[in-house]
Amino acid sequence: MRFVDEFRDAEKARGLAAKIASLCEPGRHYKFMEVCGGHTHTIYKHGIEDYLPENIQLVHGPGCPVCVIPMGRVDDAIHIASQPEVLMTSFGDMMRVPGSGGNFFDSNADGTNIRMVYSPLDSLKIARQNPDQHVVFMAIGFETTTPSTAMTLLRARQEGIENFSVFCNHVTIIPAIKAILDSPDLRLDGFIGPGHVSTVIGCRPYEFIAGDYHKPVVVSGFEPLDILQSIYQLLVQLREGRCEVENQYARVVPWQGNTVALKVIAQTMALRPYFEWRGLGFISHSAMRLRDEFAAYDAERIFAMPGVRVADPKACQCGEVLKGVLKPWECKVFGTACTPETPIGTCMVSPEGACAAYYNYGRFTRTRIREASAHERV
Amino acid sequence: MCLGIPGEVVAVDEERPDLATVAVSGVKRKINVGLLSDDPPAPGDWVLIHVGFALSKIDEAEAKAELNFIAGLGQSYEDELAALRDSRIE
Repeated sequence: MRFVDEFRDAEKARGLAAKIASLCEPGRHYKFMEVCGGHTHTIYKHGIEDYLPENIQLVHGPGCPVCVIPMGRVDDAIHIASQPEVLMTSFGDMMRVPGSGGNFFDSNADGTNIRMVYSPLDSLKIARQNPDQHVVFMAIGFETTTPSTAMTLLRARQEGIENFSVFCNHVTIIPAIKAILDSPDLRLDGFIGPGHVSTVIGCRPYEFIAGDYHKPVVVSGFEPLDILQSIYQLLVQLREGRCEVENQYARVVPWQGNTVALKVIAQTMALRPYFEWRGLGFISHSAMRLRDEFAAYDAERIFAMPGVRVADPKACQCGEVLKGVLKPWECKVFGTACTPETPIGTCMVSPEGACAAYYNYGRFTRTRIREASAHERV
Repeated sequence: MCLGIPGEVVAVDEERPDLATVAVSGVKRKINVGLLSDDPPAPGDWVLIHVGFALSKIDEAEAKAELNFIAGLGQSYEDELAALRDSRIE
C-alpha cells in the first residue's frame, strides 16, 4: 500500500475506489485514455489500476513529446548538425532518441556538436557567446514548451541575433486525440485530459470530444488521488448520460488557459498542413512551423534537409503503444532487447514514455503474474 | 519537459521585469516570467516552471504536491535539476 507510505491517504483512495466500483455497470467494460505521459507515470508508480475494478481499463495515450518524434526528424536534425559551423542544442530527453543511424550521442562521437540545454533561452545565450557559429535549437514538445520557443524567437529578433535558428518540431495535442478518436482500432469511453498542457490551451479545445464524439473529458492533476477522482468524475458523467469537459485540476489550470502564451505562439508560428508522428503516421494540422516573418530563424529554410521518412525498426511496436492498442509489456522486445539503457523505441527513452514508466516500476511483472494466474484458474 | 517544476519567486529583475530569480529545491536561478505578464508574480509567489519559463502561478500547497510528484520521477528529476543548475538565462 504505497499510498500509506507516500501520501497517507489510503483511506481517501479506498473511499474513491469504492465509489468508482459502485458506479460501474455490471457487464460493461470501460476504457479511459490518459493522454499525458505524466499521468501514465503516476498510474504505474502508485499501482492505480490495482484500485480499480477489473472492467475499467486505462489506456495510455500519445502525450509524451519525445516519443512521438519520428526517426526521419532525428536524421534531419543530425544532418543539420553535420553542416559546417553548426552547433545544435536540444533538451536532454532528446539526446537518446534513436534515428536510423544512431542518436545524438552517437552523432557527437562522429564529430557533431549537439549540446543539451535546459531552456531555449540557454541556446540563445550560446549563440551570443559563439558569434562565429550558427546555433540551431531543436525544438520539441507539446504546448508546454511551444510558448518558450515562441518567446525565445521574439527575443532573438528583438536583440537582432543572426546566428540563431530553430528546427521546429512542436506538436499540438488536439489533432492527435482526434486521430485516435477516428481510428477504428480503439473504442474509448472517456479521456483523462492532460494537466500541464491545459495550463496553456485551457479546457475549451476539448469540447469537440464531448460535443462531436460524445465522450466525457476530465482534465486531471498528477497525484494518485487526482487520477482516481478524475476516473470517478468520468463514471459519474457516463452514469448520468452526460458528456462534458470537466476541470479536476482547476487549482492549476484556468479554463481559458494562458492567453499570453497562446498569443506569442500565434505571433511566431502557424500550423503545418501535416506532420508525421511516430506510430500514428501523418496527422493533418498537428504541428507548428515558423511563420514567414521568422523565416530568417527557421532552420528548415536555412538548411537543405533530407526529409526522408524512415520506418521504425520492425521489432519496435511504439506506434501501437502510443495509440493505446498495445500495453507496453505486450511489445515483443519490451524489457529484453529494449530497455531504458538501450532503447529501441522512443517510449522507452523518455521518463514520460509508457514503456519506461512500466519498466521502472516493475508493473509488467505484476501484470504478467496476474494474467498468468488468471490463465491457470481457467 | 512537459512536467513543470515548482519554484518560489525570490526576486524580480528591476531592469528586466520579464526575468525573476526563483528558488527550486535550494537552487536559485533566473527564469523568464514574461508569459505571466497579465498577472506578474511577486517575491513569495510560487510558479510552475517549464524549460525556463513560468507558465502558471500556484499556491504553496500545490507547489509541495507538484514537487512531491516530480521528485518521485527519480533520475529524471535529478537530471532536470542538474540542467536547471547549468542554466544561465538572460
